[in-house]
Amino acid sequence: MRHVIIGSGVAGIAAIESIRSVERGAEIIMLGDDPHGFYSRPGLAYYLTGELSDQALYPKTREDYKKLGFTYRKARVTKILPDETSLQLDDNSLLTYDRLLLATGAFATPLAVSGATLQGVVKLDHLSDARNILKLAKRGRTAVVVGGGITALELAEGLLARGMDVHYLLRGNRYWSNVLDEQESRIIEARLQVEGITLHFHSELQEIIGRSGRVNSIRLKDGKMLKCDLLAYAIGIQPRVELAREASLHVDRGILVNEFMQTDDPNIYAAGDVAQVFDPISGRSILDSLWGAAREQGCAAGTNMAGRSTPYVKSIPFNVTRLAGLTTTIIGAVGHGRDEDLVGIARGDSETWRELPNAVIAQSGFDVNRVRILVGEKKLIGAVVMGDQTLSIPLQRIITQQVDISPMRDRLLAHDAKLSDVIVDFWTKLKS
Amino acid sequence: MAFLNVFKRSARKRTTLAEGHVVPDTARCVQCGICTYNCPIEIDVRAYVWRSEAINRSECLTCGECVARCPRGVLRFERTDLFKAGAS
Repeated sequence: MRHVIIGSGVAGIAAIESIRSVERGAEIIMLGDDPHGFYSRPGLAYYLTGELSDQALYPKTREDYKKLGFTYRKARVTKILPDETSLQLDDNSLLTYDRLLLATGAFATPLAVSGATLQGVVKLDHLSDARNILKLAKRGRTAVVVGGGITALELAEGLLARGMDVHYLLRGNRYWSNVLDEQESRIIEARLQVEGITLHFHSELQEIIGRSGRVNSIRLKDGKMLKCDLLAYAIGIQPRVELAREASLHVDRGILVNEFMQTDDPNIYAAGDVAQVFDPISGRSILDSLWGAAREQGCAAGTNMAGRSTPYVKSIPFNVTRLAGLTTTIIGAVGHGRDEDLVGIARGDSETWRELPNAVIAQSGFDVNRVRILVGEKKLIGAVVMGDQTLSIPLQRIITQQVDISPMRDRLLAHDAKLSDVIVDFWTKLKS
Repeated sequence: MAFLNVFKRSARKRTTLAEGHVVPDTARCVQCGICTYNCPIEIDVRAYVWRSEAINRSECLTCGECVARCPRGVLRFERTDLFKAGAS
């Protein structure tokens, strides 16, 4: 049996581990066109701020790969030929497969403004992008960041840490408006300003103006000009679905898979950022761009590819991240609508987070420590925990395990309820 | 008195070493490697997290560097209860 995996991210590695745990003798080939292979893409944020070296981003050693016993080929797949169960590679050779996994990830949605191809216009997709940003930050003085979600802040804070004057443009009147509530947005914005980032609300990029092929300034829609040496953007991501679409696989926003991570071709599977996975709670197929979910999906796909039929139940999406230096946990459905700064979802994001929940909101906290929960009839539907993370793990468990909260529901919704006391008390009793 | 405090601190440190270890919550981890990068004795903490294992290396100082540095709250101290009264 020959398993071929396209993509060298966490979904692909997780798939190899689980194939190997089931089928010791199977042939496994990984195809990737990222020159850096498998590394922690979320870790690029900490590489930008200088908290990590680029060498520290690689989780696996040569020995680890040897133990897994697979062949890595640096190659780009140009076509899937499902009827012949084979792939056409960029050197025009053909590679046959018995089972194929598409773990091709997603790419940054390109900027559609004039000047977007100038030198100094950057994104944060790969390690090579991060290295390029650091190189440009060394010789530049002023940077402009456009976009939303986690990556836009990672770019702004990374560039600030590298000594640049950073201007962050927001189209609307607040940050990440379809996931955070107004108070949460304001907490983040205030911290960004204290750090030294200049925020520009109601500001939309019209044009990037260059000199000698390099970024020199930008013009906003209202006509204002801003001189800068670098323009960083993070306006969303797009799953890499081209191969699947050309092979006539069922594609919506991502590649649609069933509960076995299988596409409509039984020999072809998909996992990670590229897969659009059925969500039993909403009854719809959902896109996530979460590292943990990608690993889970890769693992499930691998098990099924190896012949051990195991349905994958999509878990409630959650992420822990740092926004303006503030640890923030986001679980389940917490927001709604669309954010003018983003096209679709961003990295570290989930479509589920902005599904308007049928729930009552309870919140408490002040200053930087804040908790907001969405209380359903019998379950908690979502939560945002900012700053103090004491409630992060209890809420993660209560929400993802869909614990019946009836014993504490009234206390949660009481006027001036101290949410942390109520939740900790409930959690302590639940554990004992 | 200050002299006695040194002994107290040392005793507390030994208690931590004997009774606690660092455990991960793998679901929160993105394998960025800040834990491994900051470990003073170069334990590959990240590899333990990937496998969802406690950091059970006898060399671990339980210094807390990995716990404090992790930006996602993946790591925490947990009592091992090995020496708890009644434990065999």
